[in-house]
Amino acid sequence: MSHLEWSIIWRAGPFLLQGLATSFALLILAMFGGIIIGTIIAMVRLSAPRPLAWIAAGYVNGLRSVPLMMVIFWFYLLVPLFIGRSVGAFPSALIAFTMFEAAYYSEIIRAGIQGISKGQMAAALATGMSSLQAYHYVVLPQAFRRMTPVLLTQSVALFQDTSLVYVIGLHDFMTSVSVIANREARLVELYSFAAGVYFVLCFGASRAVKKINDRMAAA
Amino acid sequence: MQYRWNWSVLITDPYLGWLVSGLKWTLMVAGAAWLLALVLGCTVGVLRTLPSAWLRAIGTAYVEIFRNVPLLVQLFLWYFILPELLPYSAGHWLKRDLPLPEYWSAVVGLGCFTAARIAEQVRAGIESIGHGQRMAAVALGLTTAQSYRYVLLPLAARHVLPPFTSEALNIVKNSSLALTIGVLELTGQSRQIEAATFQGIEALTAATLTYVCLTLVVIAVMQTIERRVAISGTMGRT
Repeated sequence: MSHLEWSIIWRAGPFLLQGLATSFALLILAMFGGIIIGTIIAMVRLSAPRPLAWIAAGYVNGLRSVPLMMVIFWFYLLVPLFIGRSVGAFPSALIAFTMFEAAYYSEIIRAGIQGISKGQMAAALATGMSSLQAYHYVVLPQAFRRMTPVLLTQSVALFQDTSLVYVIGLHDFMTSVSVIANREARLVELYSFAAGVYFVLCFGASRAVKKINDRMAAA
Repeated sequence: MQYRWNWSVLITDPYLGWLVSGLKWTLMVAGAAWLLALVLGCTVGVLRTLPSAWLRAIGTAYVEIFRNVPLLVQLFLWYFILPELLPYSAGHWLKRDLPLPEYWSAVVGLGCFTAARIAEQVRAGIESIGHGQRMAAVALGLTTAQSYRYVLLPLAARHVLPPFTSEALNIVKNSSLALTIGVLELTGQSRQIEAATFQGIEALTAATLTYVCLTLVVIAVMQTIERRVAISGTMGRT
């Protein structure tokens, strides 16, 4: 084994940090977009007319039976075709993650909504609210409170998944690590470093989620 | 942008062969990794429920490490880093003499990653049985090993079948990551066809539909197993 040279990570610091920022941007935007679209899908599946509910179910089951990698390639190919010009890797990756995660978030949200007692919805409707108002003011606030830990756990998984943009060359943390690793021929140092960073972030985040969960269970 | 459709490319030589070979590698990676994940995952899952605090800690450490590092990073560690960290002769064997190093890295990487998730399901399955069965087994004079073999594991096995179905689906989907270390499985082959013919939509459609079919097959197989092993009188549908 050749001599290890850890200082390379220090020298590549700004470049790696920029990659990490891209990973976080992808995470935050896809999380918000995914939860909003996921909520709409869950509501459609539970309350919209049958044909619409079937389409929503088909969307969820379809996306869940395909690898994320495939979805990333699909949007990387399709987004420029639709828009008519090339848009770069970030927008197509963001759309891919948002649409993909929306399917997974919607299942969590649907279970969360189903966990709210039917009486809540009936009472809201009886006070004269429309079903959208009932969702907005009565059902969703209660459901979201309960499912926050699960949504956050899914988001930790999403953060790990953002590393897959490596395959379309978007400079997230993983791709930046790999660029430096190959340019400097320092694979051992950089990939171990990447594993360490991901571990600290994801382990810390899942510990925090567990704490939130315990506090909610105690309350 | 103008897109020229040409679906016939999918049944043209050599591209049809590429797809079939991609499917073969997807099945070989996912299948071998699944066996490893089952064996390792059940072992680690049982460790996490044993009376010994040391063994439980080992099980917990395994699960936390393999669950909190992205699969892509883990594959790179197995493929690029492991041979460098081993003593010279072992590393040399991995890199030069082992046939298909990228295949075995993918299998071990995917297997160890999935084992952590299986372990969690196994632990939950054993814990869901309740303390009564465990105590009853001890009261009968069974050793710890016997109580697992004859009481806890047979009951837990039925609890974990539904979550195992979704892990089996995940392993098929996650096997697509093997392309990053050079295994030309289904996703990789569809990219090859795209690069060679510029018929990206057709190639990706073929791979996507194949994945959907694989999903349906896995679900059907797992449902058959569930029905075969259901205990009559419990809530499981027979």
